[in-house]
Amino acid sequence: MSKKPESTFMNMVIRLFIIVGLAGAVLGFVYIQTFDVIAAAKKKKLEEAIGQVVPAFDTLNVYTRMPATGKDSITFYEAYKNDSLVGTAIATYTEKGFSGVFKIMVGFDPQGVIINTSVLEHKETPGLGDKMDKSKSDWSIQFNGKDPKTYKLTVTKDGGDVDAITAATISSRAFCDATDRAYKTYKEKGGNDNE
Amino acid sequence: MNSIVQNLTKGLIKENPVFVLLLGLCPTLGVTTSAINGLGMGLATTFVLMMSNMSISMVKNFIPDKVRIPAFIVIIASFVTVVDLLMQGYLQALHGQLGLFIPLIVVNCIVLGRAEAFASKNNIFDSIIDGLGMGLGFSLALTILGGIREILGSGAIFGIPLHIFPVDDKGNPITMIVFVLAPGAFIVLGYLIAITKKINSK
Repeated sequence: MSKKPESTFMNMVIRLFIIVGLAGAVLGFVYIQTFDVIAAAKKKKLEEAIGQVVPAFDTLNVYTRMPATGKDSITFYEAYKNDSLVGTAIATYTEKGFSGVFKIMVGFDPQGVIINTSVLEHKETPGLGDKMDKSKSDWSIQFNGKDPKTYKLTVTKDGGDVDAITAATISSRAFCDATDRAYKTYKEKGGNDNE
Repeated sequence: MNSIVQNLTKGLIKENPVFVLLLGLCPTLGVTTSAINGLGMGLATTFVLMMSNMSISMVKNFIPDKVRIPAFIVIIASFVTVVDLLMQGYLQALHGQLGLFIPLIVVNCIVLGRAEAFASKNNIFDSIIDGLGMGLGFSLALTILGGIREILGSGAIFGIPLHIFPVDDKGNPITMIVFVLAPGAFIVLGYLIAITKKINSK
């Protein structure tokens, strides 16, 4: 076994520098190699989420808006088929989740009726709050085909029309909050005329 | 030959990183809400352990003693970032589940512990085997822990429903939810440590 280099100042600086430089080079290489794959995977995930909440489409018109309440902007994906609007997917969020912010996608038809919803990312409790995800339970199906003009987007405990998830009222409330934020911002725009 | 087998298998039960060495408990308790999460986290850690053990063993005679810890951390952090990027690209769904815990492999004491205790003193081949053995032991521990919690807490294993619990009027199984929450992790871990102690004391 060869002798270890002594811990002199120059030794330490130069050798650590070489190690860090090599590590940086490897990371840069992997980053460039995976950049396109990651972008494609993210895009595919987003398009799948949009496809779940609006009917089949061929072009998307993307823009963002600031909701009346909340800290961040929300993104609209207007789905067109043969130049006519078939629905709007809205990537909305809530800050009221049991474990903080979570993001969902809500699809509205041109009349403002909810087509479908899907959960984009969340940190809610497994076995309780995560039942809002369609892969865990069909709780969120109750939103489909409802017009928030007549359907109150709050849980029954708060006088609304939504049945909360058993033992996960906070997550249910947050889900309603996100949906409501999407609807209000969508309506603010006045249907589908301007912008 | 014997020492290779010994290096490979000591991590499974005799020196199991979770049940005996009690290292890396943060990801252990955090991600093991289901068997698949435990297995994914375990395999990601195994990869990092093998690669970092290998590289550290390669450069051990190049690094002056006083700066070895920073050098180890740089190497480990690089491999963790590589895993993170690869998972984002190719295993989106799993990455979404493990998300926050992947970067935390950097500070998982198993990885740095093996670098310091084993890889910096042994040759490349032995270090890779040690990393593989320890990683598999970690994966085994996380999968068992996740599996037990998933069976008791969600009534399923690897996402497949088992129908062992009575159902409520909506058809959802009535499970022991505490096991998918944080306290359940401690309860199951306690029992598993006790069982491992019993096996090892024979």
